[in-house]
Amino acid sequence: MVLQCSVIFGFLAIGELIVYLTKVPIPSSIIGMILLTCSLKVGLIKEEWVDRLADFLIKNLGFFFVPAGVGLMKCFGIIKAQWLPIVMATIVSTVIIIAVTGWFHQFVRHTVRPSRHG
Amino acid sequence: MLLIGYLMLFDIDYDVYHEGGDYIEFWLKPAVVALGVPLYRQLETIKKQLLPILVAELAGCLLGIVSVVVTAELFGATRDVIVSLAPKAVTTPIAMEVSNAMGGITPLTAAVVVCTGIFGNLAGFKIAQLSRVKSPIASGLSVGTASHAVGTAAAMNRSQRWGAFSSLGLTLNGLFTAIIAPPLLTLLGYTP
Repeated sequence: MVLQCSVIFGFLAIGELIVYLTKVPIPSSIIGMILLTCSLKVGLIKEEWVDRLADFLIKNLGFFFVPAGVGLMKCFGIIKAQWLPIVMATIVSTVIIIAVTGWFHQFVRHTVRPSRHG
Repeated sequence: MLLIGYLMLFDIDYDVYHEGGDYIEFWLKPAVVALGVPLYRQLETIKKQLLPILVAELAGCLLGIVSVVVTAELFGATRDVIVSLAPKAVTTPIAMEVSNAMGGITPLTAAVVVCTGIFGNLAGFKIAQLSRVKSPIASGLSVGTASHAVGTAAAMNRSQRWGAFSSLGLTLNGLFTAIIAPPLLTLLGYTP
């Protein structure tokens, strides 16, 4: 478990360092995630080194944002004042994303390889 | 939600709660790093359909963010709310990180992300069906793209295949949104 922790936190630290040095507007954790995937791919890191902690963290992903959800208390005022744009933006964009992603995937797939259907 | 009621009922100050909550929130960042493992596991699937998946994700991500911004703007949302809403389609830790990096209201982002997930979970496949998205890969991918892990739960209920592509959609859109959203909002003039 010590090894698993140090790998995950090591990649997070590298991500933090890159953000600190380059000032890119990308979250450090995302950079850590991409570097972890690449390192696994090229064999720098073995999957057994991280799999147990990673599976545990992903399984409990929902739990880690409970504090943030409670932080909702702090912004009741904003939601009350602007509930209409918030609700409309949520519904409209969810419908658009589903339709657009599906359409593009089907279109490109059938154009590139018309013989196969999924 | 129960916790909010509890804290309000006993008039516990948010900051007092937050001292303990910080220990839980601390794990958000490592949890996002950990998402690199399932991404690695799905690399083979991604490679096989690289072009259709990438094109679909890119289109979904871009139009998704633009549609949120435009709709919110049309209904008169303020700038900080628009910035907080922009990354709302992706999984909470990523959305919060992106919102935070852009100067959004993180708790608002978290709340909207959860609502989006529930909406996608309940209506996602119905929307896919109505908009004639038929193949399991395309509909799974699009529901995961639009409504992250909560939508993926609905896909998993259908079958493993739907679920696998839905989780691929949530991972890729999380990645794309993290990379695209900050510069896109700067381009649109919402963040400096």
